[in-house]
Amino acid sequence: MIELNINGRTHAIDADPNTPLLYVLRDQLALSGAKFGCGLGQCGACTVMVDGQATFSCLTPISVLPGRRIKTVEGLGTIEQPGPLQRAFIDEQAAQCGYCIAGMIMRAQALLEKNPSPSDAEIRRHMMPNLCRCGTHMRILRAVRRAAERMRVTAARETQPPDS
Amino acid sequence: MNLKTILAGSTLLGLLASGGSVDRPLVAAVPASPERASFDAALVAKGAELAAVGNCRSCHTQPGGEPFAGGLPLSTLFGTIYSTNITPDPDTGIGRWTGEDFLRAMHDGVDRGGRQLYPAFPYDHFTRVTALDVAAIYAFIMTREPVRAETPPNRLRFPARFRPAIAVWKALYFEPGVYRPDRSKSAVWNRGAYLVDGLAHCGACHTPRNALGGENKRQDLGGGEAERWHASSLTETSPAPVPWSTDELYDYLRRGHEQRHGIAAGPMAPVVHNLSGAAEDDVRAIAVYVASRMQRPESARPGAADAAVATAKEREAGAVGGAAGGNATSTGDGASVFAGACAGCHGAPPASPSAAPVALGLTTSVNAPDPRNAIHIVLEGLWPEPGAKGALMPGFAGELTDRQVIALVDYLRARFTERPAWTDVPERVKEIRQAMQSER
Repeated sequence: MIELNINGRTHAIDADPNTPLLYVLRDQLALSGAKFGCGLGQCGACTVMVDGQATFSCLTPISVLPGRRIKTVEGLGTIEQPGPLQRAFIDEQAAQCGYCIAGMIMRAQALLEKNPSPSDAEIRRHMMPNLCRCGTHMRILRAVRRAAERMRVTAARETQPPDS
Repeated sequence: MNLKTILAGSTLLGLLASGGSVDRPLVAAVPASPERASFDAALVAKGAELAAVGNCRSCHTQPGGEPFAGGLPLSTLFGTIYSTNITPDPDTGIGRWTGEDFLRAMHDGVDRGGRQLYPAFPYDHFTRVTALDVAAIYAFIMTREPVRAETPPNRLRFPARFRPAIAVWKALYFEPGVYRPDRSKSAVWNRGAYLVDGLAHCGACHTPRNALGGENKRQDLGGGEAERWHASSLTETSPAPVPWSTDELYDYLRRGHEQRHGIAAGPMAPVVHNLSGAAEDDVRAIAVYVASRMQRPESARPGAADAAVATAKEREAGAVGGAAGGNATSTGDGASVFAGACAGCHGAPPASPSAAPVALGLTTSVNAPDPRNAIHIVLEGLWPEPGAKGALMPGFAGELTDRQVIALVDYLRARFTERPAWTDVPERVKEIRQAMQSER
């Protein structure tokens, strides 16, 4: 048994330690946001976060994960209450077929948690490993910028005294 | 005390006596930049090819910046130096420099105003370049787009901050003079030696340096370092299991990868990217010369290369089969990390012929005396220059903890080579990880 901390909950997993995290998420835990694209770390559809860093779950054996914090797109919000990045992707209609989007959101989330005001060049460089075959990159970039802005406004509001 | 030390000491005394000024007159101001049209198109084209060999663009351009506008920080033993703007902008670049000023900088390491130049600008190599070739490079540089960009001030420690101290360094390590051909060798060999020792300044990274940053010429091209990467030996001490042939070197320098040796990465990636714009004959000449420097007795043994390839392939296939067993459950186990994270590409039948990675046992990085290149590639992966074709390997900085990276790197060394284990992997992983975070 291998214990994995996913979206704040601990799961005991019964699987070969070499099993990629992606298979465990999708087949055992019904967390099907992350997608299987290439299985080689070349497309980013499987991206999740491990200890705050964007990670290809198709290339990450569960043996390396005990004691680490895993976050998937399901951990960012719900259908009723989407998180800021999910909201921004909906507002910008950044998905066409949508297959790459969970990976895109998770890679962007890792960026915004470290750097709340990335420049355009920084967003482009950071998002480079993730591909979209439909070609919605421009909308994806807009969505990341929009989410960053919204998160900054929210953070500013939270740090101000309520009556100001 | 040897002659050089005495010479350096007396140079320093002389400088102090003269108040630190350099014994070269300031150049009279040139009213304007030379006209673009005054340069011959053929000379400019030749200069472009030579500038590609000189890799000028890599140091004189910052990431995302205008070409040749400088500003790239170079960390040296003595602090940080920023590369200068060498576009023909009259105020912040070299727009007012004459051909003679440019030649003096290349040959003597002195700028237009008479100031000593830091040897991060490798004039100890450029001094070997003929005046004709320097004139072509000058024509190319002076016909680039002028860019207004101030160079940030250097952040250096004493005594390096004190420019006249550079004269001492020069007295010790700088031997001016153009390349002298070796009459016993072919013309193409001499062309290669001229380029390698001069314009291409391969030794700036591939020759080890001493505590004062001088190249140790007794180990010329014997392996050095660049930006926390190991620069492999280009002599008979090369760690490559398959001896490099001229054709293989040519392919590597021209395309950035070679199926029996590896892929150009780290600071070598922009070098080969630039060499794709160099004259084909010049790249071939470099390959001829370097291959001759790498000659070792067993290079000639028939079948040696094929045997090395067969062994490497066998080991890789075996690693996949062996490591998939059920005993590799410990999280620190390098074999288990390899099976889960690496074996999908390294050992499995490739998804397409073009996706076949170089067999790990053949790579210079896993066979090198220094683990840094292997660690860099595990953490950062391999990425082609933006917009260019090339090998793509994802980095595992996010996937793996330091402990797991150490276990994996030790496993790669033990599993795929017969060389002694590296002893400094933990420190090196820490160093490289820290550098990656500060660059972010």
